[in-house]
Amino acid sequence: MSSIQKKVILRTKGLTKHYGGVKALEGADFSLKDGEHVAIVGDNGAGKSTFIRQVTGVEIPTSGKIYFDGELVNFKTPADAKEAGIETVYQNLALADDLDVPSNIFLGQEEIYFNLGPFSFLNEKKMYEKSLEVLAKTGVKIPNLKNPMSHMSGGQRQCVAVSRSAGFASKLVILDEPTAALGVQETAQVEKIIKNLKKQDIPLIVISHNLRQVFDLVDKIWVFRQGKIVGSVETSKSNTNEIVSLITGIKQEVDQEASFI
Amino acid sequence: MSEIRQKFMNWYKGLPTEFNIFLVLIGMALLFEVLGWIFIGQSFILNKRRLIIMILQVSVIGIIAIGVTQVIIMAGIDLSGGSLVAFSAIVAASLAQTSNYSKAVFPHLTDLPFLIPVFAGIGAGLIAGFISGNLIARTGIPAFIATLGMLVSARGAAAWYNNGKPVSFLSDGFTSLGQGAWPVVIFLTVALVFHILMRYTKYGKHTYAIGSNEEAARVAGINIKRHKIIVYSIAGALSGLAGVVTASRAMSAQAGMGMMYELDAISAAVIGGTSLFGGRGRITGTLIGVLILGVITSGFVFLRINAYYQDMVKGAIIVGAVILDQYRNNKIKNKDKDI
Repeated sequence: MSSIQKKVILRTKGLTKHYGGVKALEGADFSLKDGEHVAIVGDNGAGKSTFIRQVTGVEIPTSGKIYFDGELVNFKTPADAKEAGIETVYQNLALADDLDVPSNIFLGQEEIYFNLGPFSFLNEKKMYEKSLEVLAKTGVKIPNLKNPMSHMSGGQRQCVAVSRSAGFASKLVILDEPTAALGVQETAQVEKIIKNLKKQDIPLIVISHNLRQVFDLVDKIWVFRQGKIVGSVETSKSNTNEIVSLITGIKQEVDQEASFI
Repeated sequence: MSEIRQKFMNWYKGLPTEFNIFLVLIGMALLFEVLGWIFIGQSFILNKRRLIIMILQVSVIGIIAIGVTQVIIMAGIDLSGGSLVAFSAIVAASLAQTSNYSKAVFPHLTDLPFLIPVFAGIGAGLIAGFISGNLIARTGIPAFIATLGMLVSARGAAAWYNNGKPVSFLSDGFTSLGQGAWPVVIFLTVALVFHILMRYTKYGKHTYAIGSNEEAARVAGINIKRHKIIVYSIAGALSGLAGVVTASRAMSAQAGMGMMYELDAISAAVIGGTSLFGGRGRITGTLIGVLILGVITSGFVFLRINAYYQDMVKGAIIVGAVILDQYRNNKIKNKDKDI
C-alpha cells in the first residue's frame, strides 16, 4: 500500500541495444519504485545482462532513455553510475584477486588518511574495521581479511562482492546472478544480505535463474524474452507456472493479460 | 614428522615473498666468496671498494627498474627505458654546458644553474612516457608495441638532437650530481618514495588493482585511462632521471648511452618477484633484484671470467625467475582455494 506513494527511482523508456546486427535489447520500458525489490528473469540471451549493462554505464545504449532518481541520466562510464548511487555486483565477480578484503570492499572509494600533494594516503585501519562491520552483518566467516581474494572460496568471494555494494549507502543495488555458483549455505548468506537491504528500504534489482529464490525474496518479477520485456508480475499474485510460461513463451497469449495487472 | 613439516610450511608461508629472493642474493654472494678464496685467494664480500663500485653500477638500472616495477604491477611493460636514458641525457647535457666551450649546442644557454638541465632531462623522459601512456590507454595497442616504438624513436631522437655528436664540457654543478655516492643516494631515495607510494597510497592501490583485474578496477569507478597515463609518465620521468645521472657521471652524453638498460631493469623487477601477470610485486623485491644483477656482474669480473658467460648466466636467471612466477601463479589459482 505504502509503495503506491513511493517515487519511481529507476525508469527506462524504449531502451535498446544492438551489437551490429544482433538486437540484444529492444524497447525496454522498465520502472522501479524506491524501496522495491524486483527480479529480472529470462532464458540465456534474453537480454537481462545487456539491460543491466546499459543502466550501469558499462555500455552505452543504442537508443532509449534512462531516468534515475527523477532525472534523465546519460552514464558514460560505470563511475558515473556509481557516483549517481547505483552499486552493482557483476556476474563475473569483479574482484581484484591479488588484493585483500578491505581493499576490494573499498576499491574506488578508499578511506583517506591525509593528502600529500597529489597523493592520498590510505587509512587501512579504518577500512579494515569497517569491513569487519559490514561482513559481520552478512554472517559470512572469513578467517583473515588480510589474505588476498585468490585464497578464498566462491562463497566468501561472493559475499565480499555483495557486501561491497550493500556496505555503501546507495540509492540502488543491482546483483547479476549473485548465487549462480554457490552452495546451499553460501546462497543463504547472500539471501540474508538481500533481506537486510529490504529492511533498510534500499531498492534492489536481482537477476536470477532460481525461481524459488525469486519468489522468496522480491516484490515483483520482470520477465525478459529474446531481448524484450514480456511481462512484469507481482510475486504475491503469481506462481512459478506463470513465470515459466512467460520465460519460455508457451501459453503466452493467456498469461500476457494476467501479467500486466 | 608431517606435523613439523606443516609447521615449517606455515612459518615459511608467513614470511614476505622477498625472503626467497633475499636468500638467492645471499647464496650468490657466498658462492662468489667461496670461489674467490679457491681461485683468486681473496674475499669477495669483504672488499669495500668492490661493493661501492657494484652499487654505483646498478644505481642507474635501479632507478629505471623502480619505474618499470610499477608498470609491470599494472600488468603493463615498458621497453623504452634505455633509449629514454640516452635521449634525456642528451637533452640535459645540452643545457648544462659551460661557456668555455665555443661549440655548445645552445650557445646562448650556457652556465645555467644545474637544476635546469636536471629538470629538463626528467621532463624529456616524462613527456616520452606521457606519449607512450596515451598510446596505450587511448588506442588500446599492447604496451609492448607502444614502448617498443618509443624504444626505437627515442634512440633516433637522441641521435637527431645533436646530429649524432656527443655533448660534453658540462658544468661542475651538473657533473657533481654523478660523483661520489650521489647516484646511490638518488636511487635509494627514489626506491623509498616509491615503496611508500605503492604500499600506502591510493595511487599504489589502484595500480595493483588494475594489474590484478582491470575490469574490476573499471567497474569500481577507477579512471583506468588516466591512471595508466600517469603510471607510464612516471616510469618515463624515472628513466629521464636515470639519464641525468648517467650524463652527470660520464660528464658527457651521447646517443648510444643506456643501450639494453631496459632489459636489465625488467630483469631486476622480475627477479625481484614482480609478476608479469600483474597485481603482484614490491619495490623491496626490485631492490634485491637490482643487487642480484650487481653481484652477478661484479662477481664475474672478480673471478676474471669472460663477460660473454655473464650475459648467458643472466639470461638463464631471468628465465628461471619467470618460470618460478608461472609456478607460483598456477599454485595460487589451483591449490589455495577453500581454506
